[in-house]
Amino acid sequence: MTAPTATSPDDLARALDETGYLADAGLASAAFLALRMGRPLFCEGEPGTGKTALAQALSEALGLPLVRLQCHEGIDAAQALYDWDFPRQLLHLRALEAAASASHTELDVDAVESSLYDRRFLLARPVLQAIQEAPCVLLVDEVDRADDEFEAFLLEVLAENSVTIPEVGVVKAATPPLVVLTSNRTREVHDALKRRCLYLWLEHPDLARETAILRRRLPDLPEELAAQVAQAVQGLRGLDLLKPPGVAESIDWAQALQLVGARRLDLASATATLGAVLKYREDADRARDKLDALLAS
Amino acid sequence: MTAAAPPDGDAVLSDFVAFTRLVRNAGVPVTTDRVAAYLQALRLSDLASEVATYWAGRLTLCADPDDVARYDHAFAAWFSADPRDQRMGRPAPPKPRISTMAALTDPPPGSGADGDEETPELRVAASGEEILRDRDIAELSIGEREHLRQLLALLRPAPPRRRARRRGPARRGEPDPRATLRAALANGGEIGDLRRRARRVRPRRVVLLIDVSGSMSPYADTLLRFAHVVTRRTPSAVETFTLGTRLTRVTRELRQRDPERALADAGRAIPDWSGGTRLGEVLRAFLDRWGQRGVARRAAVVVFSDGWERGGADLLGEQAARLARLAHSVVWVNPHAGKSGYAPVQGGIAAALPHVDRLLAGHSLATLAELLEVLRDA
Repeated sequence: MTAPTATSPDDLARALDETGYLADAGLASAAFLALRMGRPLFCEGEPGTGKTALAQALSEALGLPLVRLQCHEGIDAAQALYDWDFPRQLLHLRALEAAASASHTELDVDAVESSLYDRRFLLARPVLQAIQEAPCVLLVDEVDRADDEFEAFLLEVLAENSVTIPEVGVVKAATPPLVVLTSNRTREVHDALKRRCLYLWLEHPDLARETAILRRRLPDLPEELAAQVAQAVQGLRGLDLLKPPGVAESIDWAQALQLVGARRLDLASATATLGAVLKYREDADRARDKLDALLAS
Repeated sequence: MTAAAPPDGDAVLSDFVAFTRLVRNAGVPVTTDRVAAYLQALRLSDLASEVATYWAGRLTLCADPDDVARYDHAFAAWFSADPRDQRMGRPAPPKPRISTMAALTDPPPGSGADGDEETPELRVAASGEEILRDRDIAELSIGEREHLRQLLALLRPAPPRRRARRRGPARRGEPDPRATLRAALANGGEIGDLRRRARRVRPRRVVLLIDVSGSMSPYADTLLRFAHVVTRRTPSAVETFTLGTRLTRVTRELRQRDPERALADAGRAIPDWSGGTRLGEVLRAFLDRWGQRGVARRAAVVVFSDGWERGGADLLGEQAARLARLAHSVVWVNPHAGKSGYAPVQGGIAAALPHVDRLLAGHSLATLAELLEVLRDA
């Protein structure tokens, strides 16, 4: 099996478009170059700018399985790379002992030992799974949440496309997986990791693109409502909120408006559904005061 | 590969390598391996399309949103026309080299046009730092302030630390049964060595509250720069607010790497420069909106203020007590405290003082360095 090839960024953008993900020139070039150069793609940006969705769309557009590694504080190699299945190894030992005592034969110690570290007792965690299943898309989500020691584990994988298991040897991917790393920038990721990646900084989409995204994700949404929601969300982002709404929120909002049967975005319907787009009380208070002006524009 | 195969030849290649040099001069840390990646990306891109060449460089040479702005600037200069589509089509911001903040704060009396003439000596004088370290910031000339800025950028604050709730593997500490057993299983059931665990250590949150009212205006610029230095060290663990007639959160602005951009953005965000002070009310707003919800809890809080209060001193005292109950430690930095003959008798500071752990001076570089030491041990 070989990695699927896109012949140009435009090609890839079209394929992504078919899955419902609208990619601009930068995004398409980034994904194209990541694919062709065999480099991981490091996506940074505000929450809700579509970093995780990009990996999902890529896996769908390229027809590759998606392997996801959600990072969290305290994640270690046993959770990310591989682990041995200790209970099954013990069971295996007991079974051998029982069989030996039943048939009154001596156990061959070397054979038993080597049988313990068989591939069938190896639990493939996401990274090893991605290496074995490649070609595939490996999503390392929110890498800034993991401890910085964890980045060191990723380095070998990202540079060599291989995982070293002392008992088994080096597992190397036949074709490198397409790796997408995302970060919300809660801390700086180490430069050694960034150096091996293509760096993509994602911003909130502009009005036209956001309208297009809404129309694409919610086909039943009236065009006027989509434009109004996009306009209002753009306005909300300029209000210096604790958590400016992302694209995910504007999709939620449009969906909520649709569900309450609103044909256009007016003060009543906006107030009723504000909870879909603003998730902090202070933000909602602040927005409510300025909603009039926002909707009028 | 796109239709236009890269016109081979060293001339084109060296052109692009020269461009990376320009990008490096613009302040992006471009390394050789990044240049190699850039050339590889160019080989796969349609060189006839400026959009494609723009993105090939941006994706391989940048590593930070700050880099992107600098790269845009360099690209615009190199390829004259801005090739990005309309969405990205904002004009690349020229890199602000001179802070707009300096103009926002009143030049101190006595320093005037003659200030600039002192700059060259100060830059070269080996004892420049010694001279500046103990001088009152309010009395510095414009040239000396410029020098002070550079000295501030050299400060390396050690963040305060606290014990975390979670335990992690450690060399010494209590035995860790789970890890020991796990290691034993990996050894085929033999207990090799005893694994240990201990409480982990995390950076303690630092909250900087900076008074930007009229009476503090000679210090405000320097204090914000100081806040930027502290913020850059542990961006996620430092929160900065300015106090005046209202409360402004400038944390987000100060997290940018470039001090001039951070300061300019913070200056734009603050609506009440050199206005009056309603310390008590603003402190209450901070505690209601931020402090009580978690920002001040177990944090090391530093209040930079001279304690001049227009509102009632009672309210300030009450809120200072609230702050002290929430925070791990409260340090009050008063620029006047370093002056001889100072006594904390003004209504505001007198009311707050009983609830403050330390009162420091903070009117000069030396006292700010001392503050960093106090913070480290907080």
